[in-house]
Amino acid sequence: MHEMSIAMSVVEAVADRARQEGCSMVTGIELVVGRLSGVQADSLRFCFSAAARNTPAEGAELVIEEREASGVCDACGAQFPLSGYHASCPECGLFRVRVVSGEELAVKSITIE
Amino acid sequence: MCDTCGCSSEGGAVLRKPGTDGYHLHIGDESSHHDHDHDHDHGHSHSHHHGESRKVDVEQDVLLKNNLLAERNRGWFEARKVLALNFLSSPGSGKTTILEKSVPLLEGWPVAVVEGDQQTTNDADRIHALGVPVIQVNTGTGCHLDAQMVQRAVRELDLKERSLLCIENVGNLVCPAMFDLGEAARVVVISVTEGEDKPLKYPTMFHSADVCLLNKTDLLPYVDFDAEKCREYAMQVNHHLEWIELSAKTGEGLDRWKEWLTSRLEKL
Repeated sequence: MHEMSIAMSVVEAVADRARQEGCSMVTGIELVVGRLSGVQADSLRFCFSAAARNTPAEGAELVIEEREASGVCDACGAQFPLSGYHASCPECGLFRVRVVSGEELAVKSITIE
Repeated sequence: MCDTCGCSSEGGAVLRKPGTDGYHLHIGDESSHHDHDHDHDHGHSHSHHHGESRKVDVEQDVLLKNNLLAERNRGWFEARKVLALNFLSSPGSGKTTILEKSVPLLEGWPVAVVEGDQQTTNDADRIHALGVPVIQVNTGTGCHLDAQMVQRAVRELDLKERSLLCIENVGNLVCPAMFDLGEAARVVVISVTEGEDKPLKYPTMFHSADVCLLNKTDLLPYVDFDAEKCREYAMQVNHHLEWIELSAKTGEGLDRWKEWLTSRLEKL
């Protein structure tokens, strides 16, 4: 379950940033999780509290913004929303999709004190 | 507690070397997130902070640290003209056997191997028997290799200039897809004893791969596996994917795989 590694990476990133800002406590974290990021938001929430224990992020409120994905057809150029990597173009029907967005996995902001 | 040295390291990855009794090295203890500076007390009231809360824009990739380390590995490999390949598959699809059969194919090209498994040095022992430098990364409870493990493992290998480095990831079609190791290409292996719809079930892995090896083709007469359908599914998920069918056991198709490897090596 890679969500545990991901949760630990989140904790490490936000703790580092809080330290740089001269703060010792993170009370809120906003994450952006794209639909194609390979991360389940629920699993990540579940792992986060364990990963944050005994760190400056312990008890922080985790807000996850899930982003939809979109792609463009390499064959005809049509743009359309994606629900996964296995997708055909709604215009020409070919499976030649290039992902434009939806792979994001980022810390958007933190609230510190 | 580590059962080899008795240290208190828990859950971290360990490097082991076949043929070197007692050699083991813990990775990442020094940078574990639990080792942050204790210049504050946990659990106190923080009452003096009330009213000082502020929001800071971060806009940082969660895997930034791994990605930076991976880029460092990539630069290191490029500078030494090392072709690093990341081998990925379910457990049991034949990654190690493919490596065993690939080494003798590459006369003149030095090969080194990093083996990733949760436990045991069984795979590294098989590679060691070929006389190839190999290091085993035991990830413990970890389900994938990361860039730091590879960086540390590679330091223990005497990599030659103009050589091939095969990194055999932990058998798992999910988690390893997310972690860049600094490889030049990803090789995903699927065998005909699995379902032909694997590319649809694990699209993230197939989408991120550069070449797919369909292994155990000698068993095709005995199993209900539609190789053409599997290829079609894989190409639907990733239309840039290269596709090679082979049997590591009988050697069928290994010539095409050798061609693929040598064409990449000659570009170093």
